[in-house]
Amino acid sequence: MSEVKRCIRIGIGEMGVGRASEMLKTSGLGSCIGIVLYDEVVKLAGMAHIMLPDSGMARKNRVNRAKYADTALIDLMDSLQEAGAVRWRLKAKIAGGAQMFSYSGNSSMMRIGMRNIEAVRSLLKQFSIPVIAEDVGGTSGRTIEFDPDTGTLRIKTVYKGVHEL
Amino acid sequence: MSMCRGGGKLDFQPLHLDVLKEVSNIGSAHAATSLSKLLNKTVTMYVPNVKIASYEEVMDVAGGAEEEVVGMFLRIEGDAPGSIFLLLSPYQAEDYIYSLTGISNLNEGGEGERDFAFSALQEISNIMTGAYLTALSDFTGLHLQPSVPSAARDMAGAILSTGLMEMSRVSDYAIAIETSLSDRDREANEKEKGHLFLFPDPDAFENIFQSLGVSSHE
Repeated sequence: MSEVKRCIRIGIGEMGVGRASEMLKTSGLGSCIGIVLYDEVVKLAGMAHIMLPDSGMARKNRVNRAKYADTALIDLMDSLQEAGAVRWRLKAKIAGGAQMFSYSGNSSMMRIGMRNIEAVRSLLKQFSIPVIAEDVGGTSGRTIEFDPDTGTLRIKTVYKGVHEL
Repeated sequence: MSMCRGGGKLDFQPLHLDVLKEVSNIGSAHAATSLSKLLNKTVTMYVPNVKIASYEEVMDVAGGAEEEVVGMFLRIEGDAPGSIFLLLSPYQAEDYIYSLTGISNLNEGGEGERDFAFSALQEISNIMTGAYLTALSDFTGLHLQPSVPSAARDMAGAILSTGLMEMSRVSDYAIAIETSLSDRDREANEKEKGHLFLFPDPDAFENIFQSLGVSSHE
């Protein structure tokens, strides 16, 4: 592993697709979820950093589709297929959905991590995409890196260091 | 009030940002005074920054999404709901905890000491944000109630994104009202700076502007 791969950084509410020679990375996931879809045969992967479970929550008409679990997943599948991936070979790895702060008030936004997890799991089930690994919930932020070549998801947290899924 | 014409770019005029800056300036001055008294050293608040920023730009102010910070968070309820964050570098947080409690090394202490240190942080954010909000409330005549603060040591992105959720439903941009603070008399480097962020909920702006007699459509 001496070669340095090109790193594609995915910002909050963004998505991107990468090949074997590239890495996909998103930083500082709190209640947000990093969704990775990948095709092991052609070594293609897509990553989205979603903030909210459902585009129906948007209070405006023009929606940034990568921000919501439902629209982000559809776009990820489309982009991957356009790039040469095969729909039924797609697998998923997901991380995030933490609750960073305890809060007793009535803002439903405080429990958004759990709702994001539920939405992503149920959407993946609906699209028959198997979840190969997940590291979700808890109270810690995560930075994730995915290698389309090996299918490895590397997760970094402040307290527990780095582990791979 | 139309907040999001043209694909989510916020429809604010320079006047509106100036008003928010002025409001925040008054709040910050009070917060700095109360924090200085509490820590028994002079804490300076810089001139507030008010900008319409992408999420990534917001994180960059705090040193990047992955930067490890000690963050205190509380919700504002009432006429102008929103979220407040006080972010300190771990170095700065330990320094403030030491000033307040005499506990110097958080990692060596037992669980009891860590809990004690975190409640000291909660107390710091209580007093500081209390002063900030009282000044805001006096200035605008709006009724603002802070929730109990909660603290976490984690990545800036994970912490701050909690405050972007309400806004993210109406826009891809955030209105970040940010004030840096430091207890150094010389120009502080980034590790010695803390940040106070105020993220009003989308519905709060109309009330804030109205309370000050500024039309939200100007």
